[in-house]
Amino acid sequence: MKVFSRRAFLKTGLAGACLLAAARTLDREVFAQESRPGSLDLKKLANKDAELIAALAPAVLQGALPDEPSARLVAINEVIEAFDRTVAGLSPAVQREVESLLSLLTFAPSRRLVAGVSKPWNEASSDEVAAFLEQWRNSRISVLQQGYQALARVMIACWYGNPLSWAKIGYGGPPHAAELGLL
Amino acid sequence: MSASTVPDPIRLALDDRSRGWKVIDGARLTRDYLIECDVVIVGSGAGGGTAADTLTQAGLKVLMIEEGPFRSSTDFRMRERDAYPQLYQESAGRQTRDKGITILQGRAVGGSTTVNWTSSFRTPPATLQHWEKNWGLADYTVEHLAPWFEKMEARLSIAPWPVPPNENNDILRRGCERLGIPAAAIRRNVKGCWNLGYCGMGCPTNAKQSMLVTTIPDSLERGLSLIHSARVERLAQRYGRITSLVARGMDSDGVSAGPWKIRVAAKHVVLAGGAINNPALMLRSALPDPHQRLGKRTFLHPSAVCAAIMDNKVEAYSGAPQTIYSDHFLDTLPHGGPMGFKLEAPPIHPILAGITLPGFGAGHAAWMKRLPNLHVAIALMRDGFHPQSEGGNVAIRADGSPVLDYPISDYVWEGLRHALAVMTEIQFAAGAKIVMPLHEDAKPYRSWAEARHAIGGLPMQTLRTRVASAHVMGGCAMGADARDAVIRGDGRHHQIENLWVFDGSAFPTSIGANPQLSIYGMVARNASRLAQMLRKPDPRFA
Repeated sequence: MKVFSRRAFLKTGLAGACLLAAARTLDREVFAQESRPGSLDLKKLANKDAELIAALAPAVLQGALPDEPSARLVAINEVIEAFDRTVAGLSPAVQREVESLLSLLTFAPSRRLVAGVSKPWNEASSDEVAAFLEQWRNSRISVLQQGYQALARVMIACWYGNPLSWAKIGYGGPPHAAELGLL
Repeated sequence: MSASTVPDPIRLALDDRSRGWKVIDGARLTRDYLIECDVVIVGSGAGGGTAADTLTQAGLKVLMIEEGPFRSSTDFRMRERDAYPQLYQESAGRQTRDKGITILQGRAVGGSTTVNWTSSFRTPPATLQHWEKNWGLADYTVEHLAPWFEKMEARLSIAPWPVPPNENNDILRRGCERLGIPAAAIRRNVKGCWNLGYCGMGCPTNAKQSMLVTTIPDSLERGLSLIHSARVERLAQRYGRITSLVARGMDSDGVSAGPWKIRVAAKHVVLAGGAINNPALMLRSALPDPHQRLGKRTFLHPSAVCAAIMDNKVEAYSGAPQTIYSDHFLDTLPHGGPMGFKLEAPPIHPILAGITLPGFGAGHAAWMKRLPNLHVAIALMRDGFHPQSEGGNVAIRADGSPVLDYPISDYVWEGLRHALAVMTEIQFAAGAKIVMPLHEDAKPYRSWAEARHAIGGLPMQTLRTRVASAHVMGGCAMGADARDAVIRGDGRHHQIENLWVFDGSAFPTSIGANPQLSIYGMVARNASRLAQMLRKPDPRFA
């Protein structure tokens, strides 16, 4: 992985902060009226947020998602829906932090500059997505490390909370389901 | 869905109007309320539940307000994705300001007792001696507190657990044994436990003797009024007394306050909302804090985590979650020296494992695929006993919500590094083939020698090292000297005569053990003193 110089990090950090402000004001308004994917019932996430998560999921959950294409699509959609529910359950202050993070990543100029991804998320290759995740995971800028961890952990929680994920990890689910009226 | 064969006494009583329980759902208000009472209790966890029990037994008119929902055993379906948003602060994702520490804290009727792992310890004598010497807490001795611990142990069926430990705990026991490290069994607050292993998602069989199934229903029988799904926003004070309390019913989203207000005029106010929410409420209310002590010294037992892969199945999601511990590294590392820690094993369910294991992608998935063979150990650092372990600070954001800063000093980092090494050695001694300290820069290690060398070089930094907490303490420290502390030893606020803090936020240090029984015992005593005082009216309040 490319190692950035300290100066490059600083530039990225400062420019990122300016862009973030632009991203939050401009981007949300431009996309406010945007329609959501018909199949997904989303309360908090916009279509472009859903596209971001759909692009990240195969990298974050590599080896965990189903391989069969239609099952994989269902799984990714359920991760997006669970991500949406998770955001809705956070306090308003933390919801605003997540919203800033998603804006930073989905606003094209900041996506290019801060995430280093040149194409829109739905066109980015899996190598580009993995490189972005690895770069943020090991960034010396703590806010980028925080951003990586927030995205990765929420997506991981959204997948492993889903019974669809359990067969691959050998987890049989809660016991005594019948006696406890869970069936 | 078939009908449950396990009765839910809470749901039955709520559905039976003739029982006369006074319960209001704050999320369904259609108007403002004005309520008068003798005592209002903010929070329904270990502190609030115990206080309500004591104060209603004294015949007082008591109102309890809880921010979380009123859920009971039929709602507890042993699924993390349902339980965490319903029963935990921030959907079990509460974090320190820099996101360096993830905090598991309950938010429901019963507070953290509804979701804790049932570990029951009396306050360690060394902690009480430290308090007596450094905080002037003369009647917090082992002897003074013993009858109160006995009383609460009997009340909550706290007893040795007669069932053999699950494999996850037994590995900790065997590893310690092979290294000559003393380990012992944990007492639990259960009655007729099914040994399922899902305590953290709310007990589905009502075996856990949490506040939800003991003190709170008993208090409701005695006339307690309970408003759940309501957030206390502010206390008003005048001339050194709280004159009123304002709460708002929660919005239907469950995370923000709705439009309807509940105003409470109470003779006394008891805060039991936990070590983050109590200081935040007092800060929002701009209560007197002449020595700037409020929200300071918040402790977490910051915990390091170490995972291992065993040859045989561990199934750490099954069976009583915590039954074995070792205090060897508390007993041999006394206060003032290198940081001591308590060793335990946690339950491992898919979400908790997933978010705690480092990395992403194929490497992460490879660990998840070994879930049935995964062993996990945790080391709970005893914070607050050394000049370089002053804990964290609670502040409020612009919207009034709390945020905890918890900077980790080099001293604490070295303690965490020591703990990672100790847990690794124990896991290899117990037969682990692969061990990995949970750290973004750690790799799976195949021998103790290899791991020891690597752990010595790990950068111990925020966000690199996984640090978790399930015990939030302090922030409203008690102490004899008003210059050091927010409240007095009896729980009364140093500056406000009708304000009391009855929960773990009163601790001037961490406990060095899972705190529930410490809270039960200390609150039982302090609440009974308050009840006595209210029965024989204090001339100042007559």
